[in-house]
Amino acid sequence: MKKSNLLMIVGSFLLLGLFIFPLWNITLEAPQYPIPLGMDIHITKFADTHEHDIKNINLMNHYVGMKYIPETIPEFKIFPIVIAIMSIFGMLIGFKGTYKWFLGWFVLMSVMGIAGMYDFYLWEYDYGHNLDPKAIMKFTNPDGSIMGFQPPLFGSKDILNFTAHSYPMTGAYFMFVGMMMTFAAFLIGKKEANRLTF
Amino acid sequence: MKIILKSIFLFVITATFLTSCAPSDKKNNKGAISGNAAEKVYVAPGELDSHYAFISGGFSGQLSVYGLPSGRLFRVIPVFSQDAEKGYGYSEETKPMLNTSHGFVPWGDSHHPDISQTNGSVDGRWVFINENNTPRIARISLETFETEEIIEIPNSAGNHSSSFVTENSEYVVAGTRFSVPFPQRDMPISEMKGNFSGALSFLKIDQETGHMNIDFQIKMPGFSYDLSHPGRGKSHGWFFFSTYNTEEANTLMEVNASQNDKDFIAAINWKKIEEYVANGGGKMQPANYAHNTWNDDTHTATSVMKKQVLVVEPKDVPGAIYFLPTAKSPHGCDVDPTGEYIIGNGKLAASMTVHSFSKMIKAIDDKAFDGDAYGIPILKFDAINYGMLNQPGLGPLHTEFDTRGNAYTTFFISSEVVKWNVEDLKVLDRHPVYYSVGHLMIPGGNSRTPDDKYLVAMNKITKDRYLPTGPEVTQSAQLFDISGEKLDLLLDFPTIGEPHYAAGIAAEKIMPKSKKIYRLDENKHAYGVQSEAETRVVRKGKEVHIYMTMIRSHFSPDNIEGVKVGDKVFFHVTNLEQDYDVPHGISMIGANTSELLVMPGRTATFTWEPKEVGVWPFYCTDFCSALHQEMQGYVRVSPRNSKAPISYTLDGDIPGEEEE
Repeated sequence: MKKSNLLMIVGSFLLLGLFIFPLWNITLEAPQYPIPLGMDIHITKFADTHEHDIKNINLMNHYVGMKYIPETIPEFKIFPIVIAIMSIFGMLIGFKGTYKWFLGWFVLMSVMGIAGMYDFYLWEYDYGHNLDPKAIMKFTNPDGSIMGFQPPLFGSKDILNFTAHSYPMTGAYFMFVGMMMTFAAFLIGKKEANRLTF
Repeated sequence: MKIILKSIFLFVITATFLTSCAPSDKKNNKGAISGNAAEKVYVAPGELDSHYAFISGGFSGQLSVYGLPSGRLFRVIPVFSQDAEKGYGYSEETKPMLNTSHGFVPWGDSHHPDISQTNGSVDGRWVFINENNTPRIARISLETFETEEIIEIPNSAGNHSSSFVTENSEYVVAGTRFSVPFPQRDMPISEMKGNFSGALSFLKIDQETGHMNIDFQIKMPGFSYDLSHPGRGKSHGWFFFSTYNTEEANTLMEVNASQNDKDFIAAINWKKIEEYVANGGGKMQPANYAHNTWNDDTHTATSVMKKQVLVVEPKDVPGAIYFLPTAKSPHGCDVDPTGEYIIGNGKLAASMTVHSFSKMIKAIDDKAFDGDAYGIPILKFDAINYGMLNQPGLGPLHTEFDTRGNAYTTFFISSEVVKWNVEDLKVLDRHPVYYSVGHLMIPGGNSRTPDDKYLVAMNKITKDRYLPTGPEVTQSAQLFDISGEKLDLLLDFPTIGEPHYAAGIAAEKIMPKSKKIYRLDENKHAYGVQSEAETRVVRKGKEVHIYMTMIRSHFSPDNIEGVKVGDKVFFHVTNLEQDYDVPHGISMIGANTSELLVMPGRTATFTWEPKEVGVWPFYCTDFCSALHQEMQGYVRVSPRNSKAPISYTLDGDIPGEEEE
């Protein structure tokens, strides 16, 4: 088997890591939480970093009128199907396909990844801005608009007494490394093809 | 003029100098505090102490938890007395803990805490503590820091020589300081001699649950069994009890119980008696005593009256019990970490008695007896005595040890702690304490592995050591550093009640397993609920049961109507929180009981019998959150003849009927 095919197979196989490891993590730090509150986002569920964290995040957030983090969201049905199909498809073209297929797979996966991030951003925006009109405490921005509590998409941000951190987790690294391997598969595959023509 | 001014100036300077040099009493009282004492006890903000000290509350009936070396008080664990702050002895769940054969007793006199052991070292599973007045032993969990069990000791009075544990926590013991008729009966007090007994009780500890059960009671002669300690290492299997009033006096005891030059230390081969009773020995006798246990799943206590106890007569187990003659009215009876030396702190003697365990065994083999007392052989003093520590101080009470062969003894009358070498019988150092010291504690003291770092002296009298607070002033503890050659006084700190005795342990043996919350999904309380949707109010005749929840920052339900004058209202309140350090409290205007303080995941119950119509508020008593002030509710009370049905709501809805 050619090097490029092997890379393509392994690269798309690594996507399956998302079924085991969390994709993303949001952690909230505050002085009275010496052990910060945290939520791990998997492709199938929201999970506590330490047991009961989500319950306690909800309890904190209800003071400013934020909705409870839902038990589940539709994405948790879609994401696993998409990932599973893409992974199998990637491995199949790894066996049979050529470097052009590899590039096609990579582009498709990148588009879907960006779409997934955008979707997550929309959920986060709604979570941070769609506040209960009967909220116990209402905060406004300096310009008079109602303050939102959206955690950052990536990075760290101070929100009232909390510092929110939002960073990728092991699952995301699996996906990132996997996708880089498929891109490398395309580059190497192209080189291999050129060599053959000469 | 100049000369006059100059001489006045000189005079003032000289006078100031002389005054400041003159030894004032105040200064002396501070003792020789070395320069860096403050550094040694300073635990900076946010940092933690290295040791836990469980200091008995004495006549408060409780057990306090301090940090060493800071001397900071963390918690008072209610044990034998009601504690309104925590609802202990007031809530329906905890009331049975204070049940006895004499009914509900709201107070106790706690004395000697002792931590469970494994292989001769304190292990931090449980701490036991005895009650002197209504003889009892309690067991406290060191995961939850709550009293989990209290057992009453029958045929006993003044349970003082208690609650010390053997080196694998096989047994915890109880004794009798005030000998009494056994079993109790109506008889003239003056006929005490020969007719009273002093029960020594051995309670077996279940290694899984910690549950205590009186395995056997030894019916000893009617002396006063004052203190006790287990043998360890080579003497494991034996237990030693000091006695006074071998005169068997029943009046003006201070004189009449102080006539004999020597009293005894009773040496009990409990292994032998354990075997004897395991093979069917002893006689079951009728008794009546309470055994109260706390169920952690239902967090409810139950009290069971036990009706019999196994009694062992010393004469039936020859070779198991001996008396060791010991200088006058020994108080403390302490065994060194090797198990070889048994020390009688003869409180009315000029010298301290040090017996040798190996000599004792040899004397028993050689039958070196000096007569007997009520059939129990008295060993020859010279055959068992290792030596005497002559004139170490006045009124020796208690001794603890380090691992370097040194003993530390408290002297009540001369108010000092004396360090001496056990083998050499030589005094090495002494340090005054302020004042009238009783017990002292070295963490891990009653074990093979004491910690050579700290010593806590517990004083009965403080007089001028603290800001005065009227006629009753605080009792106190004093912390010494014993790591060096000299006793180094570091700190005074006040204590609750009387700091009778204490048990200490390294923090890392307890800290990691200290419970943070109770799991709500493991709450098996009969009236507990899992969510607001399950909250409700149920009438059963004149009883109204409110299944209520609390979570930041509201109760559910918080508006209740249909309660009538003359009803008995049960508030069964579940704390739905699952976050560390978020208890909620609840109290109701006019309730003839205490507040409740409910830990996350737990349910507790108080009762309220409304006497007047009206709308009566209840509220959260523990500052729980930013909206704590808003955490409140109302109960409407209607006249007795009202037809108003029970109704209950939260935010206008019946809880559970409208999902968000």
